[in-house]
Amino acid sequence: MSSPRPAVAITDHALEQLKYIRETMERSGSFTAVPGWGGVAMGASALLAAVIAARQTDNHMWGIVWMCEVVLAVAIGSAFIYRKTRRGDRSASAAPGRQFFLSFSPPVAAGGFLSWILYQQGAWNVLPGLWLLLYGAGVVTAGAFSIRIVPMMGVCFMVLGAAALACPASWGNWFLAFGFGVVHIVFGWIIARRYGG
Amino acid sequence: MAKSTAFKVTALTPAAGSVAMKETQALDRLIHEKVRLGIVSALAASGPLTFTELRSLLETTDGNVSVHARRLEEAGYINCIKRFEGRVPRTEYSLTPEGRQALERYLDHLEAIVGAMRPR
Repeated sequence: MSSPRPAVAITDHALEQLKYIRETMERSGSFTAVPGWGGVAMGASALLAAVIAARQTDNHMWGIVWMCEVVLAVAIGSAFIYRKTRRGDRSASAAPGRQFFLSFSPPVAAGGFLSWILYQQGAWNVLPGLWLLLYGAGVVTAGAFSIRIVPMMGVCFMVLGAAALACPASWGNWFLAFGFGVVHIVFGWIIARRYGG
Repeated sequence: MAKSTAFKVTALTPAAGSVAMKETQALDRLIHEKVRLGIVSALAASGPLTFTELRSLLETTDGNVSVHARRLEEAGYINCIKRFEGRVPRTEYSLTPEGRQALERYLDHLEAIVGAMRPR
Protein backbone atom coordinates (compact mmCIF):
# COMPACT_ATOMS: atom_id res chain seq x y z
CA MET A 1 0.00 0.00 0.00
CA SER A 2 1.49 3.33 -1.01
CA SER A 3 1.91 6.13 1.48
CA PRO A 4 -0.05 9.33 0.70
CA ARG A 5 2.72 11.77 1.67
CA PRO A 6 5.14 11.11 -1.24
CA ALA A 7 2.16 11.44 -3.59
CA VAL A 8 1.46 14.95 -2.23
CA ALA A 9 5.06 15.88 -3.02
CA ILE A 10 4.72 14.37 -6.49
CA THR A 11 1.61 16.46 -7.18
CA ASP A 12 3.25 19.65 -5.94
CA HIS A 13 6.28 18.92 -8.10
CA ALA A 14 4.07 18.25 -11.14
CA LEU A 15 2.28 21.57 -10.59
CA GLU A 16 5.63 23.36 -10.25
CA GLN A 17 6.85 21.82 -13.49
CA LEU A 18 3.64 22.86 -15.31
CA LYS A 19 4.04 26.42 -13.95
CA TYR A 20 7.67 26.50 -15.06
CA ILE A 21 6.75 25.33 -18.57
CA ARG A 22 4.00 27.96 -18.84
CA GLU A 23 6.26 30.78 -17.63
CA THR A 24 9.11 29.77 -19.93
CA MET A 25 6.75 29.61 -22.91
CA GLU A 26 5.32 33.05 -22.07
CA ARG A 27 8.78 34.60 -21.74
CA SER A 28 10.10 33.08 -24.95
CA GLY A 29 7.00 34.19 -26.85
CA SER A 30 7.49 37.88 -26.00
CA PHE A 31 8.96 40.43 -28.36
CA THR A 32 11.43 42.21 -26.09
CA ALA A 33 13.16 44.33 -28.72
CA VAL A 34 10.77 47.29 -28.32
CA PRO A 35 13.29 50.13 -28.43
CA GLY A 36 13.16 52.38 -25.35
CA TRP A 37 15.75 54.90 -26.51
CA GLY A 38 14.16 54.72 -29.95
CA GLY A 39 10.88 55.78 -28.34
CA VAL A 40 12.64 58.72 -26.69
CA ALA A 41 14.14 59.75 -30.04
CA MET A 42 10.76 59.35 -31.79
CA GLY A 43 9.17 61.47 -29.07
CA ALA A 44 11.77 64.21 -29.48
CA SER A 45 11.28 64.30 -33.23
CA ALA A 46 7.48 64.45 -32.73
CA LEU A 47 7.83 67.44 -30.41
CA LEU A 48 9.95 69.18 -33.03
CA ALA A 49 7.38 68.31 -35.72
CA ALA A 50 4.58 69.69 -33.54
CA VAL A 51 6.41 73.01 -33.16
CA ILE A 52 7.04 73.24 -36.93
CA ALA A 53 3.48 72.13 -37.76
CA ALA A 54 2.01 74.75 -35.39
CA ARG A 55 3.66 77.50 -37.44
CA GLN A 56 1.96 76.42 -40.66
CA THR A 57 -1.01 78.46 -41.78
CA ASP A 58 -1.95 76.05 -44.56
CA ASN A 59 -3.59 72.72 -43.63
CA HIS A 60 -1.77 70.90 -46.45
CA MET A 61 1.60 72.06 -45.14
CA TRP A 62 0.59 71.03 -41.63
CA GLY A 63 -0.24 67.56 -43.01
CA ILE A 64 3.04 67.36 -44.92
CA VAL A 65 5.02 68.17 -41.75
CA TRP A 66 3.32 65.30 -39.89
CA MET A 67 3.76 62.93 -42.87
CA CYS A 68 7.49 63.70 -42.82
CA GLU A 69 7.45 62.98 -39.09
CA VAL A 70 5.82 59.58 -39.74
CA VAL A 71 8.61 58.66 -42.18
CA LEU A 72 11.27 59.89 -39.75
CA ALA A 73 9.69 58.04 -36.80
CA VAL A 74 9.50 54.78 -38.77
CA ALA A 75 13.17 55.14 -39.72
CA ILE A 76 14.18 55.89 -36.10
CA GLY A 77 12.08 53.01 -34.73
CA SER A 78 13.42 50.53 -37.29
CA ALA A 79 17.03 51.52 -36.67
CA PHE A 80 16.68 51.16 -32.90
CA ILE A 81 14.86 47.81 -33.18
CA TYR A 82 17.65 46.55 -35.44
CA ARG A 83 20.26 47.79 -32.97
CA LYS A 84 18.52 46.21 -29.98
CA THR A 85 17.94 42.86 -31.70
CA ARG A 86 21.55 42.73 -32.90
CA ARG A 87 22.87 43.50 -29.45
CA GLY A 88 20.76 40.71 -27.95
CA ASP A 89 21.68 38.31 -30.77
CA ARG A 90 17.97 38.15 -31.60
CA SER A 91 16.15 38.34 -34.87
CA ALA A 92 13.28 40.82 -35.33
CA SER A 93 11.78 38.34 -37.81
CA ALA A 94 11.61 35.53 -35.21
CA ALA A 95 8.12 34.36 -34.21
CA PRO A 96 7.48 36.94 -31.42
CA GLY A 97 8.71 39.79 -33.63
CA ARG A 98 6.54 38.62 -36.52
CA GLN A 99 3.47 38.37 -34.25
CA PHE A 100 4.21 41.85 -32.89
CA PHE A 101 4.36 43.45 -36.33
CA LEU A 102 1.43 41.46 -37.73
CA SER A 103 -0.72 42.72 -34.84
CA PHE A 104 0.58 46.27 -35.04
CA SER A 105 0.09 46.66 -38.80
CA PRO A 106 -3.71 46.30 -39.38
CA PRO A 107 -4.88 49.22 -37.17
CA VAL A 108 -2.06 51.42 -38.50
CA ALA A 109 -2.89 50.48 -42.11
CA ALA A 110 -6.57 51.25 -41.42
CA GLY A 111 -5.45 54.61 -40.00
CA GLY A 112 -3.45 55.34 -43.14
CA PHE A 113 -6.38 54.47 -45.41
CA LEU A 114 -8.88 56.53 -43.39
CA SER A 115 -6.44 59.45 -43.32
CA TRP A 116 -6.26 59.42 -47.10
CA ILE A 117 -10.08 59.42 -47.41
CA LEU A 118 -10.48 62.19 -44.83
CA TYR A 119 -7.67 64.19 -46.47
CA GLN A 120 -9.61 64.04 -49.77
CA GLN A 121 -12.68 65.35 -47.97
CA GLY A 122 -10.75 68.08 -46.17
CA ALA A 123 -11.70 66.72 -42.74
CA TRP A 124 -8.43 67.79 -41.09
CA ASN A 125 -9.97 68.31 -37.69
CA VAL A 126 -10.46 64.58 -37.01
CA LEU A 127 -6.97 63.47 -38.13
CA PRO A 128 -5.08 63.99 -34.83
CA GLY A 129 -7.65 61.97 -32.85
CA LEU A 130 -7.78 59.28 -35.53
CA TRP A 131 -3.99 58.92 -35.66
CA LEU A 132 -3.62 58.68 -31.89
CA LEU A 133 -6.56 56.29 -31.54
CA LEU A 134 -5.47 53.83 -34.24
CA TYR A 135 -1.76 54.01 -33.43
CA GLY A 136 -2.75 53.27 -29.83
CA ALA A 137 -4.91 50.35 -30.97
CA GLY A 138 -1.91 48.94 -32.87
CA VAL A 139 0.34 49.32 -29.83
CA VAL A 140 -2.23 47.63 -27.56
CA THR A 141 -2.75 44.63 -29.86
CA ALA A 142 0.96 44.23 -30.61
CA GLY A 143 1.68 44.69 -26.91
CA ALA A 144 -0.02 41.35 -26.25
CA PHE A 145 3.19 39.80 -27.65
CA SER A 146 5.55 42.05 -25.76
CA ILE A 147 6.45 43.34 -22.32
CA ARG A 148 3.51 44.51 -20.18
CA ILE A 149 4.29 48.18 -20.34
CA VAL A 150 3.72 48.29 -24.12
CA PRO A 151 -0.09 47.77 -24.04
CA MET A 152 -0.27 50.34 -21.22
CA MET A 153 1.42 52.85 -23.52
CA GLY A 154 -1.11 51.96 -26.24
CA VAL A 155 -4.01 52.67 -23.89
CA CYS A 156 -2.55 56.14 -23.19
CA PHE A 157 -2.50 56.86 -26.94
CA MET A 158 -6.10 55.66 -27.30
CA VAL A 159 -7.32 57.81 -24.40
CA LEU A 160 -5.57 60.84 -25.89
CA GLY A 161 -7.07 60.04 -29.30
CA ALA A 162 -10.58 59.87 -27.88
CA ALA A 163 -9.97 63.14 -25.98
CA ALA A 164 -8.65 64.82 -29.13
CA LEU A 165 -11.81 63.87 -31.01
CA ALA A 166 -13.96 65.30 -28.22
CA CYS A 167 -12.02 68.56 -27.82
CA PRO A 168 -11.86 71.60 -30.13
CA ALA A 169 -10.05 70.92 -33.42
CA SER A 170 -7.53 73.69 -32.73
CA TRP A 171 -6.07 71.58 -29.89
CA GLY A 172 -5.30 68.69 -32.27
CA ASN A 173 -1.68 69.61 -32.90
CA TRP A 174 -0.96 69.76 -29.17
CA PHE A 175 -2.64 66.42 -28.57
CA LEU A 176 -0.24 65.02 -31.18
CA ALA A 177 2.67 66.71 -29.42
CA PHE A 178 1.63 65.25 -26.07
CA GLY A 179 0.87 61.77 -27.49
CA PHE A 180 3.60 61.12 -30.03
CA GLY A 181 6.02 63.38 -28.17
CA VAL A 182 5.63 63.19 -24.38
CA VAL A 183 4.07 59.70 -24.13
CA HIS A 184 6.79 58.22 -26.36
CA ILE A 185 9.51 59.92 -24.33
CA VAL A 186 8.11 58.86 -20.92
CA PHE A 187 7.41 55.23 -21.84
CA GLY A 188 10.56 55.01 -23.94
CA TRP A 189 12.63 56.13 -20.97
CA ILE A 190 10.95 53.55 -18.69
CA ILE A 191 11.47 50.77 -21.26
CA ALA A 192 15.10 51.78 -21.80
CA ARG A 193 15.82 51.76 -18.05
CA ARG A 194 13.97 48.57 -17.20
CA TYR A 195 14.29 46.45 -20.33
CA GLY A 196 17.80 47.07 -21.57
CA GLY A 197 17.79 49.93 -24.03
CA MET B 1 -3.00 27.51 4.34
CA ALA B 2 -4.10 24.77 6.75
CA LYS B 3 -7.23 24.27 4.70
CA SER B 4 -5.18 23.64 1.54
CA THR B 5 -3.00 21.01 3.25
CA ALA B 6 -6.06 19.21 4.60
CA PHE B 7 -7.57 19.15 1.11
CA LYS B 8 -4.51 17.55 -0.40
CA VAL B 9 -4.20 14.84 2.24
CA THR B 10 -7.85 13.85 2.14
CA ALA B 11 -7.75 13.73 -1.66
CA LEU B 12 -5.00 11.12 -1.68
CA THR B 13 -6.53 7.68 -1.77
CA PRO B 14 -4.12 4.77 -2.17
CA ALA B 15 -5.42 4.28 -5.72
CA ALA B 16 -4.74 7.89 -6.67
CA GLY B 17 -1.30 7.70 -5.11
CA SER B 18 -0.58 4.56 -7.10
CA VAL B 19 -1.63 6.24 -10.38
CA ALA B 20 0.57 9.23 -9.57
CA MET B 21 3.53 6.97 -8.80
CA LYS B 22 3.03 5.08 -12.05
CA GLU B 23 2.84 8.30 -14.10
CA THR B 24 5.93 9.63 -12.35
CA GLN B 25 7.90 6.54 -13.33
CA ALA B 26 6.78 7.05 -16.94
CA LEU B 27 8.09 10.65 -17.09
CA ASP B 28 10.75 11.30 -19.69
CA ARG B 29 13.86 11.74 -17.49
CA LEU B 30 15.69 13.51 -20.30
CA ILE B 31 13.41 16.55 -20.32
CA HIS B 32 12.46 16.31 -16.65
CA GLU B 33 15.65 18.20 -15.75
CA LYS B 34 14.87 21.93 -15.38
CA VAL B 35 17.26 23.48 -17.92
CA ARG B 36 16.45 20.85 -20.56
CA LEU B 37 12.72 21.31 -19.91
CA GLY B 38 13.22 25.07 -20.27
CA ILE B 39 15.05 24.67 -23.58
CA VAL B 40 12.37 22.39 -25.03
CA SER B 41 9.48 24.60 -23.75
CA ALA B 42 11.05 27.80 -25.10
CA LEU B 43 11.71 26.27 -28.53
CA ALA B 44 8.15 24.87 -28.65
CA ALA B 45 6.67 28.31 -27.94
CA SER B 46 8.81 30.60 -30.05
CA GLY B 47 10.44 28.55 -32.79
CA PRO B 48 14.20 28.61 -33.38
CA LEU B 49 16.30 30.47 -30.80
CA THR B 50 19.97 31.31 -30.64
CA PHE B 51 22.34 30.15 -27.92
CA THR B 52 22.41 33.68 -26.44
CA GLU B 53 18.63 33.94 -26.43
CA LEU B 54 18.28 30.62 -24.60
CA ARG B 55 20.94 31.57 -22.08
CA SER B 56 19.28 34.88 -21.18
CA LEU B 57 15.78 33.40 -21.28
CA LEU B 58 16.68 30.61 -18.85
CA GLU B 59 18.96 32.91 -16.82
CA THR B 60 21.73 30.34 -16.73
CA THR B 61 25.36 30.00 -17.76
CA ASP B 62 26.96 29.26 -21.14
CA GLY B 63 28.18 25.90 -19.85
CA ASN B 64 24.75 24.85 -18.63
CA VAL B 65 23.04 25.65 -21.92
CA SER B 66 25.81 23.99 -23.87
CA VAL B 67 25.82 20.72 -21.87
CA HIS B 68 22.04 20.33 -21.70
CA ALA B 69 21.48 21.31 -25.32
CA ARG B 70 24.01 18.67 -26.36
CA ARG B 71 22.10 16.01 -24.41
CA LEU B 72 18.87 17.01 -26.14
CA GLU B 73 20.60 17.06 -29.51
CA GLU B 74 22.02 13.57 -28.96
CA ALA B 75 18.50 12.35 -28.15
CA GLY B 76 17.21 13.87 -31.39
CA TYR B 77 14.92 16.30 -29.56
CA ILE B 78 16.54 19.47 -30.93
CA ASN B 79 18.57 20.49 -33.98
CA CYS B 80 21.63 22.67 -33.76
CA ILE B 81 22.87 24.81 -36.66
CA LYS B 82 26.19 26.62 -36.37
CA ARG B 83 27.12 29.35 -38.82
CA PHE B 84 28.98 32.61 -39.14
CA GLU B 85 27.35 36.02 -39.63
CA GLY B 86 30.31 37.99 -40.89
CA ARG B 87 32.96 36.98 -38.37
CA VAL B 88 30.54 36.34 -35.53
CA PRO B 89 29.68 32.69 -34.81
CA ARG B 90 25.98 32.04 -34.33
CA THR B 91 24.43 28.87 -32.92
CA GLU B 92 20.72 28.34 -33.47
CA TYR B 93 18.55 25.63 -31.95
CA SER B 94 15.19 24.35 -33.12
CA LEU B 95 12.81 21.67 -31.85
CA THR B 96 12.48 18.45 -33.88
CA PRO B 97 9.13 16.63 -34.28
CA GLU B 98 10.47 14.02 -31.81
CA GLY B 99 11.21 16.79 -29.31
CA ARG B 100 7.72 18.22 -29.66
CA GLN B 101 6.18 14.76 -29.15
CA ALA B 102 8.36 14.22 -26.08
CA LEU B 103 7.17 17.52 -24.58
CA GLU B 104 3.53 16.64 -25.33
CA ARG B 105 3.96 13.22 -23.68
CA TYR B 106 5.64 14.86 -20.70
CA LEU B 107 2.75 17.34 -20.34
CA ASP B 108 0.23 14.47 -20.59
CA HIS B 109 2.00 12.64 -17.75
CA LEU B 110 2.07 15.76 -15.56
CA GLU B 111 -1.62 16.34 -16.19
CA ALA B 112 -2.36 12.69 -15.36
CA ILE B 113 -0.50 13.04 -12.06
CA VAL B 114 -2.39 16.22 -11.14
CA GLY B 115 -5.67 14.71 -12.36
CA ALA B 116 -5.22 11.59 -10.23
CA MET B 117 -5.06 13.80 -7.13
CA ARG B 118 -8.24 15.77 -7.80
CA PRO B 119 -11.24 14.86 -5.59
CA ARG B 120 -13.95 13.01 -7.53
